[in-house]
Amino acid sequence: MLTLERLSIGYRSRRAETVLASDISLELRAGELVCLLGPNGAGKSTLMRTVAGMQPPLGGRVLLDGDDIHSMPARERAGRLGMVLTEKVEAGLLTAYALVGLGRYPHTNWSGKLSHHDHKVIRECIERVGAQDLAHRLVSDLSDGERQRVMMARALAQEPRLLVLDEITAFLDLPSRVDAMRLLRRVVRETSRAVLLATHDLELALRAADRVWLLPRGGQLETGAPEDLVLSGAFEAAFASEGVDFDRARGEFVVHRHFVGEVELIGDGPARHWTARMLEREGVHVWEGDGRAPPIRVVVPGAERGEWRVSGGGAPVCHPHLYDLAQELRTRFQAVEQ
Amino acid sequence: MSRSAETPASPGPPGPDLRTTLRPVAFVLLAGGVAGVFVLELTIGSVRIPPDQVVRYLVGAGMDEPAWRTILVELRIPRAITALFGGAALGAAGLQLQTLFRNPLAGPWALGLTAGAQLGVAIVVATGAVVGSEWLSRFVFLSELGIVVGAFIGAGGVMAVIASVSRRVSTITLLVLGLMLGFLAQGMVSVVLHLTTEMQGRVFASWNDGSFAGVYWDHFPVLLPLVSVGLAGALLIVKPLNALLLGERYAATLGLSVERARLSVLAGAVILAAPVTAYCGPVLFVGMIVPHMARGLLNTSDHRVLMPAAMLMGSLLGLSADLVVHLPWERHFLHLNAVNALIGAPVVIGVVLRNRQMRGMVV
Repeated sequence: MLTLERLSIGYRSRRAETVLASDISLELRAGELVCLLGPNGAGKSTLMRTVAGMQPPLGGRVLLDGDDIHSMPARERAGRLGMVLTEKVEAGLLTAYALVGLGRYPHTNWSGKLSHHDHKVIRECIERVGAQDLAHRLVSDLSDGERQRVMMARALAQEPRLLVLDEITAFLDLPSRVDAMRLLRRVVRETSRAVLLATHDLELALRAADRVWLLPRGGQLETGAPEDLVLSGAFEAAFASEGVDFDRARGEFVVHRHFVGEVELIGDGPARHWTARMLEREGVHVWEGDGRAPPIRVVVPGAERGEWRVSGGGAPVCHPHLYDLAQELRTRFQAVEQ
Repeated sequence: MSRSAETPASPGPPGPDLRTTLRPVAFVLLAGGVAGVFVLELTIGSVRIPPDQVVRYLVGAGMDEPAWRTILVELRIPRAITALFGGAALGAAGLQLQTLFRNPLAGPWALGLTAGAQLGVAIVVATGAVVGSEWLSRFVFLSELGIVVGAFIGAGGVMAVIASVSRRVSTITLLVLGLMLGFLAQGMVSVVLHLTTEMQGRVFASWNDGSFAGVYWDHFPVLLPLVSVGLAGALLIVKPLNALLLGERYAATLGLSVERARLSVLAGAVILAAPVTAYCGPVLFVGMIVPHMARGLLNTSDHRVLMPAAMLMGSLLGLSADLVVHLPWERHFLHLNAVNALIGAPVVIGVVLRNRQMRGMVV
């Protein structure tokens, strides 16, 4: 559906060309959710704007169903390609319904009068994003998450083949972000549209994307299923920086830390998981069964006992909360270091 | 997410609020108000003409007193028509500028358009004085056209400056810039007036007071077509204005040519504001407050509804303010801008204080 042909992106000023990435040849299929990831400054936004026809490429072409997007009249492009942006829309005294109605812009006459068909499309789009309850509220009264959902419906009301979404989850809280991704997946599957989403939210992209376009700084765009890119080490290379490591097993970034000590952790279930998280935060390594066992052993609360028990290196102590355990470990390892 | 079991059969949005339902009523009231005040304008003044006589004249029947006819035809009807068109023009100009600049305080005056026109007129008047009034009086028609052209060039010049920087600065900066350009133009007006004769200065001063009076039938062939073109233009750009509510970036993704829309809005505002200023002098506040009154009445930002409402509201305000000015005051009459300020300032204060509902300086 969307084809990038030897595309070069960047800026052209009077004096020079700044090439951010070049020779990008890619294809985006209908019914696919593609996430564009990359560190800041790699040119994600430029690529998005170039793909959306808002900025001319330095070279190559962007084809939407075979037609060059940059030589298309703006109105025709708007009927084929919908965009949602990061920016928060201040639409004054417009209801969500009227806002979605603006998505019919490319399809209406000079006055923007909505026909029966237009109203039908608007209602469908509002339903698709689950915003029926918001329809008659003023946009200015909506939360950020609700507003982005309505903006989604507006983009869908353009009846585009391709949706280009630029950091639409940037200002949302976690539940709204998860919700937005779920919505996107559903839209992609149900309407066989293609979605290109630029995002900073690596974890969510890894879970939701059918395909990832990874744009490293000054490098070559790589693409594949998110898991492929994790396994090949492309993620680590793209996001490599001082003090942060990409944990291949967990698919997330962890802060480099030098370990202040080591404990043996006994127990399982969520209690073990969160205890391990606390230990990681405190810079305490969890013994993985190789070599000599560390002197300190932490037993997580189980079915019969609701407390954390620390033994070894002194009398056994019990703590009702992880907060207290963390404090004790901190003093213990401080003592060892001195 | 539950899907509603049934979708309403009506094509419109289901369950609209009361103010949406009552919209036609609001329009009827507005139009009725305009017609009513128009007739009152003709009735009330230092000479009272009974309303039934006014209506009789308007429908083509004769009047009891021949002197009344002269007063109506020569003075009151031209004044009322000027207020009708002038108010509508300033209201429409204010609305389109507020939407373009996403600023509730924008308007022909705040952006320096009015002052630009003032400067243009002052220069024309001064040139007339320098060249000599004898020459001027021989080309009455030319000089009058000169005033209009002067107002256009002045307002257009200020608008060009505003337009050229508006992409790079915030709306607050823009408003400051507009005000400063306005003061600058007014300062230059004083300088220019030094070059005029005392008589010319007095002519300029009386023009500078701003009034719908003093415009007569011979002025209409220039004033009314220009304003009509501006009003028609304002109605033709309601769709781009609606798209601009989302901000320029989103408007562009909807297929709007933002550059062209900007140009139409700015040119439209000049076509609306410059001729009115040329003939009536600087009329303040109307352009700024009318859009807010229309929004407040109709509870929407949809320009398809708002633009006609702003025109009617502008006419209503223009006619009402002019009516107050021409009430049979015992001692002296009020100035139009004084009345506008008395109505306008409280409205602007209300707008600023309601800012939270306005969601941060956005219309």
